[in-house]
Amino acid sequence: MKKVKIKINNQEIICSSEQTIMQVAHDNGIELPNLCFHPDFSVKANCRICVVEIAGRKNLATSCSTKAEDGMEIRTDTERVKRSRNLNIELIFAEHIEKCPSCIWRVNCKLLELADKYKIEITKFSNRKAKREIYKFANAVEIDGTQCMDCRNCLEACNNLQKINYLKLRGKGINQEVVPVSEESGFSFMQKKADKVDCIYCGQCAVHCPVGAAQEQAHWQLVEKVLRDKSKVIVAQFAPSIRVSIGEEFGLEHGKIMPGQVVTALRQLGFNYVFDVNFGADITTMVEAEELLKKIKSGSCLPMLTSCCPAWVKYIEFYRPDLIPNLTTVRSPQMHIAGFIKTYWAEKMKIEPKKIVVVSVMPCTAKKFEAGRSELKIGGNLPVDYVITTRELAWLIKKNKIDFSKLKPAAADNPLCASSGAAAIYGATGGVMESALRTAEYLLMTAQDSVCVGVKDKNKLKLCNSRIEFKQVRGKHGIKQALVEMAGKKLRIAVVNGIGNIAPILKQLKDYDYIEVMACPDGCIGGGGQPIPTTAAIRKKRLEALYKIDAKSKIRRAHENKEAAEALKWIERKGRLKNQVLYTRYKKRK
Amino acid sequence: MDILSKIKQAGLVGRGGADFPVVKKWSAVAKALADKDAGERKCYVICNSAEGEPGVAKDGYILEHFADKVIDGMKIAIDFLSAEKGFIYLNYSYNKKLNKKLTALLKNSKIEIFIKPINAGYIGGEESAILNAIEGKKIEPRLKPPFPTTAGLWGCPTLINNVETFYNVSLATANQYANKRFYTITGDCPNEGVYELQDNLTIEKLLNQTKNYPKFIFFAQVGGNASGEVLNSSQLKRPVSGAGSIVVYSLTKNNFKKVIKNWLDFFINESCGQCAPCREGIYRLNEIFMKEKIDWALFNNLLDNLSDTSFCALGGSATIPIKSFMKNVYPQIYKKE
Repeated sequence: MKKVKIKINNQEIICSSEQTIMQVAHDNGIELPNLCFHPDFSVKANCRICVVEIAGRKNLATSCSTKAEDGMEIRTDTERVKRSRNLNIELIFAEHIEKCPSCIWRVNCKLLELADKYKIEITKFSNRKAKREIYKFANAVEIDGTQCMDCRNCLEACNNLQKINYLKLRGKGINQEVVPVSEESGFSFMQKKADKVDCIYCGQCAVHCPVGAAQEQAHWQLVEKVLRDKSKVIVAQFAPSIRVSIGEEFGLEHGKIMPGQVVTALRQLGFNYVFDVNFGADITTMVEAEELLKKIKSGSCLPMLTSCCPAWVKYIEFYRPDLIPNLTTVRSPQMHIAGFIKTYWAEKMKIEPKKIVVVSVMPCTAKKFEAGRSELKIGGNLPVDYVITTRELAWLIKKNKIDFSKLKPAAADNPLCASSGAAAIYGATGGVMESALRTAEYLLMTAQDSVCVGVKDKNKLKLCNSRIEFKQVRGKHGIKQALVEMAGKKLRIAVVNGIGNIAPILKQLKDYDYIEVMACPDGCIGGGGQPIPTTAAIRKKRLEALYKIDAKSKIRRAHENKEAAEALKWIERKGRLKNQVLYTRYKKRK
Repeated sequence: MDILSKIKQAGLVGRGGADFPVVKKWSAVAKALADKDAGERKCYVICNSAEGEPGVAKDGYILEHFADKVIDGMKIAIDFLSAEKGFIYLNYSYNKKLNKKLTALLKNSKIEIFIKPINAGYIGGEESAILNAIEGKKIEPRLKPPFPTTAGLWGCPTLINNVETFYNVSLATANQYANKRFYTITGDCPNEGVYELQDNLTIEKLLNQTKNYPKFIFFAQVGGNASGEVLNSSQLKRPVSGAGSIVVYSLTKNNFKKVIKNWLDFFINESCGQCAPCREGIYRLNEIFMKEKIDWALFNNLLDNLSDTSFCALGGSATIPIKSFMKNVYPQIYKKE
């Protein structure tokens, strides 16, 4: 790294030669506009709105791609810069404008923000892409060609970050279009015999799209409609990672912990009851720890693979159906709590389960797909009726003019509200693994098969000093592996942080007993339904917040959650219902 | 005398159109190689035979008549750099015509033919787009830096020179280089064709020497029928630039709107679509131009924006014919009317 001296708008600045002009300008309080730039990806420099004038250069330069050089004299405010910046924004606007009158994302539209800031005429050029196709992927994600501005972030996300390669660029010039590979046409002899590819609904395209062309398939309208239905009992439940990200939608700092405000907001929106999915996470942990120990004891179907992440489950079902037996049969937290709501809680409250409507607020687009899986039905009834993303909830809050930052925090409803610190970290990569290990070690040390059975040997309980923190599974690395010794047993574990890192692990499955996979980078806090922007730096803040919740929790191990243990004991006596609420199955998909 | 000195002494410049000193390019690749660890000194040599610029036919002509010399020039480069491999990135139709002959000449060499994909178009001749084509990626320019000389094919330093450049390298090495170059002349003139003549001829001299100087009012486009500069008949006392082509237009025969429309159509079709000013800008230029009342202020703004902010040189070159036509020829039409 070399220190260099440059000038921006006559201001002398010392910076590193490794920094781009955009970075240096930003560090010195000069904001340059950008659309195609995303810190998660390599620089593409295709929107050309961050241009600056550099003395001695014939053309303008893109500040995102030009590194600082000693003696550079840069202007960000000349007429020439303004003309080009504005024209390029106007040109891009004409690609995107189709849905402007009715678009809900106008409340945080980056293009409108730029138009406002630079006084740009958004209709200077006529709408060019009105007739473009909208591609829908199951009920989870869509790519709306009428809004696409050709920045290619979705391609980066799908192909380079996630390595799914489901999206392709078809055509060239003004005809180029992002399409799913299934749409790829052309001469068959020119195509390589490609492997079959399918979307896993992770939504990384959506969370990296600067203009909402790639987005979740919105279900907030359906939720609004059902909220008006007075014959129903409307229940909301929100995921562990929502509480540390939603504040960003309202201009609050990254990683602000706000579960109580989420509860209040949901109540103000008209939900009759609000539950915390962290309760479900504790259920999942206990059932999963039991299954893990059972599998290790029998030695069959190892390594056991986590199944909380629906994008990962879809990945296995489509790409590696041979590994279906390795997936834990344990349902995900949103399904566990919803299952208990419609059985255990319904019974307590004397409400007909069919009258209950459960709306999940998830950081995830794939959860929309998971909610519709027919094998999850309990007595013919799906546990979760609707799934909306963090972004959709934020929109509903804004639409109803609720001042989120000023809300008085409230507690979630009883009796499904208690949770341990282990539940909180479900939203982080390695969190499911760590939670399961906390409980598994306890079970091993106390020589129990199940958390529901009381400890027979009270001495063992006294001696039990199972660990709480397993730091080997934390952090931002793509693959984390460790050998964990628990009560004399050696457990070989791996955590895959982002589906793009899965390949090497799939090649050496035999080396492991237990593997956690989260499809999104850094886990659910980086999920496809999370606030935009989501970047590595922002994900780090959200992660830290989750671990803070854990560290401050009174109880930190799932099996210490008495309410959850009680619910489990209740279901234990229910025969067939137990299987319906706690477990699931998977199927090969073509 | 070593090969670099010979090239330098001959004063060879790139004949793809950019006139970049050959010795500089070769040295840059050699330096990039030397900077690598001994185990990683892989590099490649590519002969750009894409010839996608309309109105330029000299590379095809050279390959037809002097392929041995071109290949010799490539081999000199491969030896000089101890390159892994050489590629002749060959225009689709030239391959049809010359494949047999070239294949025979390339026997037992490190050089192979890579046929420029039929859909690669104009941009498929841009040097970093060539790298993408050979690597099987989308055929469009890469972000620079890094330049191909330091990080080209599969990330290795890569030397990309034009057909004529390798031909000249062969001549210079054998001390036969006689400061000549190839010219392509087309359009409203009697003796269309490729000529090998002194490299410093003015446009006027070239037209006269080839007995092509028109007897009618005309304008000429120099350096390529798409991206070349347009000059009126009083501006021809300057050397032929770019890829050495001249196209002659009769001023009476050619409707000005049609001429400009042709250029716009060409560049709309050939824009790779990567950047906004080129993809969207040229489309809008055409839209504005086809309106009954042309918004010239916006039109010119879009042109300036295109040359100022496009991702690669194509965007800038798209503005050259239109801007120079409006400056050098359009006033003549008005005078005439």
